[in-house]
Parts: sequence; structure tokens; C-alpha cells
Amino acid sequence: MKGNEAFAEAAIRAGADGYFGYPITPQSEVMEYLMAEKPHERTGMVVLQAESEVAAINMVYGGAACGKRVLTSSSSPGISLKQEGISYIAGAELPCVILNVVRGGPGLGTIQPSQSDYFQSTKGGGHGDYRMIVLAPSSVQEMADFARLGFDLAFKYRNPVLVLSDGAIGQMMEKVELDEQRPRFTEEEIIKNTPWATTGKTKDRERNIITSLDLDSAKQELHNHALQAKYKLMQEQETRFEMISCEDADYLIVAYGTSARISQKAVDLLRAEGIKVGLLRPITLYPFPTEIISKLADQVKGILTVEMSAGQMIEDVRLAVGCRVKVEHFGRMGGIIPSPTEVVEAMQTKIIGG
Amino acid sequence: MAKVKGDIVIDIEKCKGCGVCIPACPNDVIALSKNVNGKGYNYAETVNEECIGCANCAIVCPDGVITVYRKKIE
Amino acid sequence: MAEITKEDIRKPENLIYKKTELLTDKALSYCPGCGHGTAHRIVMEVLEEMDIQDKTIGIAPVGCSVLAYEFMNIDMQQAAHGRAPALATAVKRLNPDKFVFTYQGDGDLAAIGTAETIHACNRGENIVIIFINNGIYGMTGGQMAPTTLPGMKSSTSPYGRDVHMMGNPLKMTELVAQLPGTIYVTRQAVHTPANVRKTKKAIRKAFENQKLNKGLSFVEIVSNCNSGWKMNPVQANEWMVENMFPFYPLGDIKVND
Repeated sequence: MKGNEAFAEAAIRAGADGYFGYPITPQSEVMEYLMAEKPHERTGMVVLQAESEVAAINMVYGGAACGKRVLTSSSSPGISLKQEGISYIAGAELPCVILNVVRGGPGLGTIQPSQSDYFQSTKGGGHGDYRMIVLAPSSVQEMADFARLGFDLAFKYRNPVLVLSDGAIGQMMEKVELDEQRPRFTEEEIIKNTPWATTGKTKDRERNIITSLDLDSAKQELHNHALQAKYKLMQEQETRFEMISCEDADYLIVAYGTSARISQKAVDLLRAEGIKVGLLRPITLYPFPTEIISKLADQVKGILTVEMSAGQMIEDVRLAVGCRVKVEHFGRMGGIIPSPTEVVEAMQTKIIGG
Repeated sequence: MAKVKGDIVIDIEKCKGCGVCIPACPNDVIALSKNVNGKGYNYAETVNEECIGCANCAIVCPDGVITVYRKKIE
Repeated sequence: MAEITKEDIRKPENLIYKKTELLTDKALSYCPGCGHGTAHRIVMEVLEEMDIQDKTIGIAPVGCSVLAYEFMNIDMQQAAHGRAPALATAVKRLNPDKFVFTYQGDGDLAAIGTAETIHACNRGENIVIIFINNGIYGMTGGQMAPTTLPGMKSSTSPYGRDVHMMGNPLKMTELVAQLPGTIYVTRQAVHTPANVRKTKKAIRKAFENQKLNKGLSFVEIVSNCNSGWKMNPVQANEWMVENMFPFYPLGDIKVND
């Protein structure tokens, strides 16, 4: 299956209630797959092609506010349009899953893969002090896995979860193992598990209001404190990463998604030359695996970050490392995927020989 | 012939003195008071006993501060 | 005939009219005489009469009525500016047995939310849209709205709306009446008892349409903004009759029964 299709199928199987999207390359397969699968017949899931990305994310807001499992997907320019809605969703503390199959920018950019939306994804994107859990798949299997994990984390924290993929992972075909179909929430489960949801005010409870507005500054500050406490909890509980050949590493590569796949090959090539290199692959970009990178900084002599961007994640790596060891960036932009030999060369010139 | 007699109760603390009820009343029962409520509004008050309980005032009151009663008199 | 005292009249059995329980006790945040309060009340009266409080989800806009959820005693969602019809679309599609309505002003619905409005109407979402048109942005201090009349003064058209420079007012209601997805499109007002009664009937019809899965009902209420228009409430209503109604004539525009 293609990564985009695996994500769509996994979303149905995760018990999604609704998908709202708008076509954009390179992720249109998500909605195409969903429409072809007729999930309204399979599970009762609603799939709707909206008039814009803006409308789609606001449909997600409406659905999420009813306690439903809802999701949307897009690619970079479309995700920019969704930022308003994402900020409102974060402010109103609603659970949802958003997939960004990143393409090169800025502007209309290119339809080829890129990782240049890291800042937008992890540092806010929209207005206000908010964070999303950002999951970065590096395989078609993880595209599928993170649809379900995304929903579970979103509901655990009442927070939007972003799956930050890229055009390569979205379009690539790999074998994938899919979970069994999970039933959609029943009306009773929604009332029990998400008592805040707008399900219709019954006599036995006060009305439920979903809003991100509070004109009382003192209350708005309290709300912001509560959000920050939640984000801290996410940092403590949800940081995910993968370590490859790090035990004896003298040098480290930090890379996620497609770049991590390329870098893994580069690690093999460098080790074949007798250079002990390890790979740290952040799976959550927010919360960022700061602690482990900090620990590894005491072990290695230098760190190379590999990103399909001008170097964005490198800022978080440098924050983790401080000035203890050299941290340099290597990347390609404009939709170009770096080759393993380019990564090997960058490690040799920028870190080992630099 | 059955006659009706009405009366209204105005929640003067919630009245904003907009006066929209005044032209709605067929019997000129309502006028704005010279006094003000806690918010500083010259609130609406009844000035005669001609109310027939038609509820026109309550229906146009944006703030829903008027309660209307009507009793049939044989 | 014995003298009838006020106490004789003010008895529960003689009660004719009382503010609906579906409005909260919170004092409305609107300016004195603003039509929003009346519109809120009759929407809630309709829900009460249809006994659908526990099945209704309302969507509040951005604008003067951003805090509608403070006053309407039902489950509500507050939408980003102009996006209420998108929220309502999802809420209704995911909860087809619920009643869903949006409550929006003219800036929200006819400017920033034009796309969401047009497409929700065109898809024929089975929802009710209540559209309060007072020809001005009230909340932000009386700026020119998409509905501001030609020549009408506002804080961003201080010499009157010059249509050559600022464009024409948009008759959104006539526009959505052209779309196949709308089933009932009407324009009403709430400045007199007779108009309030008519508008309430229109809102009732809109919710009954939703009950019958007929499609989208769109109820415009031409209203006043005495603060923005810089008039007292009674003058504002008179000005509305003389100036707004000729441009935005009242009555049903589309009724598909």
C-alpha cells in the first residue's frame, strides 16, 4: 500500500467517525481511498470533500466538539490554511488527527517531498501559546500505526495530534500490517468518556460550551497555565524515539522521517569504513527527545542533523546539546531527497574532519 | 361582554431603558422612569392601568425583562 | 363589579408571557434596544416549543453575538470568524438526529464566511442558518460591513459608502436562494410585535424543515445597530424601516414545500 492509503485505511480501522479534506498533492490519495472504500457503508464513517482547507479544519472542530473521532489531511500550503482552525482546536482543547504530507515551500513551492514544515508543526504554526503532539512516521507501517496512535493520544490529552509525514513516505509503497477494525464510539461512550462534548443539553447536566474565548484575562491566563501543564505532561509521558547503533557511537546523526531512512543507510556506509556512527530518530518531534540527545552528547564527538530543509530541527538539537559538541546540519531543499553518500560526505567534512 | 385586564411586571434591574416597548403598547401604558436602575438606565415603568395583557411589549423587549399577566373579567 | 387588584391579575394561572427558561439568567451583553436579544429569545422559544433542547447544538459566530452561548441554555460551540456553517456541517453529518443551527452576523456570514455559507447552502446541509443583518460591524466599533447600504456612514466609510470605491452591498439572502440546496429562504425583522411573531414562525418553519430532513433553511433578520448607527433605539428602528427595508425587502424569498 501507499503511505497515504495505509493512513486512510488505518483511520477507518481506528474507528474514525469523520474525515474532512480538500485535494492537494501529494496527499490526495487519502481522500480518494476513503471515498472509494465507502466507509459510510463499512463503519458509518462520514467522508466529506470540503470547499477549502479552512472549511475542512473547521468541520474537524465541529466534529471533535461532539466527541467524535475526526481527522483531516493536507500538504504544506493547505496546512498553512488550516492554522487558524488548529489554533482554535488547541485553544478549545479538542481531540483530532491532522496529517501533513509535506512538500517543498515556501509558497506553492513544489509537489516533491520536503521537511521544511518542522517549525510550523512544532513551534505553534497558528497564533497563541499552544503545542500539538507531532508524530513523524518513517515508513508506511508507521503511517498506519500513527493514525490510531494519533487518535488515542488526541483523546488522552484533549489535544490535536499532527502526523508529520512527507511526500516520499506518503507516496511510497511498502508492506503494511493493519490493525483489526475497532468500533466507532457509541453515543453512550461519548457521553461517558467525553462529558464535555456538545451532545445536546439534557436536564441532568449544565450546558456544554466549546470555545477558545475568555475575555476575562485572569481566567484566560489560568486556561493558558492549564494548557502548559498539559504540554509538560506530554513531554514527560509521550516522548518517543528510536536509537540505531548508538551504543558505541563516536558520532551521531539525528534525523526523522525520510531523512532517517537515508541516514540509516549512511550509518551503514560509515561503519563499513570503520567510523562508529549512530542514528537517533525522533518519533515525536513535539515533545522532542531532548533528554536522550543531551545524554548522547556526553558520549559522541559530534552530531549531524539531516533534514530536507535549511535546518530547522537542528535548533532543538542544539538546545539539547548546548556547546558540548559540534552540531551541524546537512540537508537538501526544494523537493530533493539527499542521497546516503551525500550524508556520508557531510559527516566526514562537517563533523569528523571539520 | 367579557373584558380583560392585564398587568406587566418589569425586571427593572435588567431593563436597559431602550424604550422599544413604548411604541409597541396600544394603550400607552409604559414610559421611561425618571429614576435609574443599578446600571444607570432610565428603566421602563407602567404609568396607567390600561394594560390589556396583549404582551406586545414583552414580545419586542430585546432583554426579555417583561412578564405579562391577563385575567378575564365577566 | 369588585375592584381587581394587581395581585389578582399577577397569578400563575393568568401568566401570558414570560422569558423562556432556555435563556440563561445572565444579562445580555448587547446594547439597549439591539435586535440580537429578541432574535436570541425567539430562537430559544422555538426550541422550547418543539421540546428539542436536549437534541440541539448551536454554533456561535465571531461578532457581537460571539457570546451567544452565555445566553442560550443549550449545548453550543463557538466558531472561528465566518466558519460556523463548516462546524454545523460536520456536527449535523456526524449527528443526523440532532438539530443544528448557526447564529451569525453579516460580517461573519457575508464577508469572511462567504465560502462556508455558500457551500453549506449549496450542499443542502440539513441545518438552520440564522443571519442577523444590521449593515455594520458592531463588535469592532461600527466599521463598514458587506451589507452596509450605499451612502451609509460607518467608521471605515465616514463619508458614506461610495460603491465605486468600496464596492456594493451583498444581498446574501437573494444569493443563497439561487442555490439548489436551500429549501427555505426568508427575510424578516424583529422591531415590532407583528414582525417578531412572523420571524418566530419563520424560525419554527426552518426547524420543522430540519426535522423533516428537507435541507437548508436560511432566515435573515434585518436588525438595528443603534450604537453603530449612532441613534437611539427607537430612531434606529425607524431608520431601519425607511432605509434598510427598501434595500433588503422583508418576506419569503424561496419556499420549497
